[in-house]
Amino acid sequence: MAGETRPVRAYGLLAWTWTRAAAQYPVSMVLLSLSTAVVSALDVAAILVMFARAPRIAGFSAPEVLFLYGTSTLAFAVADLLLGTTERLGKHIREGSLDSMLVRPVSPLIQIATEDFSPRRAGKMIPGVVVLALALPRLDIDWTPGRVAMVPAMVVTGTVIFAGLWVLTAALQFVLIDGHGATKSVTYGGAFLTQYPMSMFARDFVRGVTFAVPLAFVNWQPALYVLDRPDPLGLPPATRFAAPAVAVLVCALAAVAWRAGLRHYRSTGS
Amino acid sequence: MGVFPWVAWYGFRRYTAYPLSSAAEAVTNTVFGFMRAYVLIALWHARPALGGYDVADAVTFCFITQAMIGPVQLFRGLELSERIRSGDVAIDLYRPVGLQSWWLADDLGRAGAEMLLRSALPLVAGALVFDLNVPSAPGLAAFALSAMLGVLVSFAIRYLVALAVFWLHDDRGLQSIALVMSLFFSGMILPLVVFPGWLASIAQAMPWAALVQVPADVFLGKHTGAGLLGALGFQAGWAVALLAAGAALTAAARRKLVIHGG
Repeated sequence: MAGETRPVRAYGLLAWTWTRAAAQYPVSMVLLSLSTAVVSALDVAAILVMFARAPRIAGFSAPEVLFLYGTSTLAFAVADLLLGTTERLGKHIREGSLDSMLVRPVSPLIQIATEDFSPRRAGKMIPGVVVLALALPRLDIDWTPGRVAMVPAMVVTGTVIFAGLWVLTAALQFVLIDGHGATKSVTYGGAFLTQYPMSMFARDFVRGVTFAVPLAFVNWQPALYVLDRPDPLGLPPATRFAAPAVAVLVCALAAVAWRAGLRHYRSTGS
Repeated sequence: MGVFPWVAWYGFRRYTAYPLSSAAEAVTNTVFGFMRAYVLIALWHARPALGGYDVADAVTFCFITQAMIGPVQLFRGLELSERIRSGDVAIDLYRPVGLQSWWLADDLGRAGAEMLLRSALPLVAGALVFDLNVPSAPGLAAFALSAMLGVLVSFAIRYLVALAVFWLHDDRGLQSIALVMSLFFSGMILPLVVFPGWLASIAQAMPWAALVQVPADVFLGKHTGAGLLGALGFQAGWAVALLAAGAALTAAARRKLVIHGG
């Protein structure tokens, strides 16, 4: 279509519009960003309390677990900022507001993703950045160029995997309209899970989050390379570098699922 | 029959109207239960008998916590705050019954509904996979009482937070402080027995301990005899004190609203 705006530009424009709306109440916006950061920091508090009682848990030290926390939280926070509101799809379907999005000349995915876009969500990044800055110098490892490069790379691929999972779980709501409560176990559950070393969890559970819902590639597999640890599942060393391929796969799957869902959407009718 | 049983009944009906949605929430509570259970198991492997719990206690605690999320409503406030903001509360105040008792009845109905639809799945799934410490019949009766007192204290706290909207107009900041307190100091994120000495003492004296930590301890049989009475008394004491504060604040809010209306 000639009049169609390019996706990135449309996203930026709508996100900026919502940000300006949020900025009408500057005090509220700052306070909400801070409170989002504090709520998210509760998980660090839990990790610190646990390590105050035990020097090593499941063979991991506090800086190592905080490294996992930091990479996971940062990746999740960026993905949540960009696409987190897609989880409201079920609500839009129930209330019929998806129909009005369909007649506008911008992709409904962009409209839902930018809805209520607010720097408040970026507050979640604060604990991730602070914890990473504190944990990285305390890691007792030999910093080869490969390991140094892996840290930003794993945050980016982790973000892309979470982004794919947001869209994929949103697309599920085309079928399971009341399913939002359960899909949270993949998104928020994934964010929680990846804060901890997978060696804490049962083998079959780890297989599940490696091969079925590939959360292990958000930060665990790359972290095994950075921290120079053996894989408890005994997967080949190449798995540690598979995260970008997994990220592409998750996004492709999410794109197919979203398009299929949208194509089969029949409105709530009357 | 008075009006309050009806209010509670309609609250119950409203929250059982979308059973699939509730079941979906229960699935997430269950998944979180498993993840948190594995984390606690790892911690108790590193520090056996930490805080007087054994591994089975810790795992049981974790699934009790997940079962309690719905009934004691750790993540959300009352609908009342939105009604105060929009002014609909004027209609609530017209009614010839107390504002607090009306919303308490509604919240008890809600808690009953959530207990019915959201509490069973995490407990049953947890019991199938792990060895949970399940109490005998008298222990279960004590737990039922303790859980109910937990719901009362939870309501009293959320009611106070909601009433603050009369003065603050925007409750989101206060709501998020309330969320932090109720998540961290109820035992939801970590059992309070894990906290280091002084923090544990403070946490266990605050009202949020009555939401999850005390009912879970009653379930685990950590309190017996006079200790059990003390634990239930602790919950009842906070419930009475906070509900009384709620009543006082309601009276103040009534005057405030008149001033506001001109």
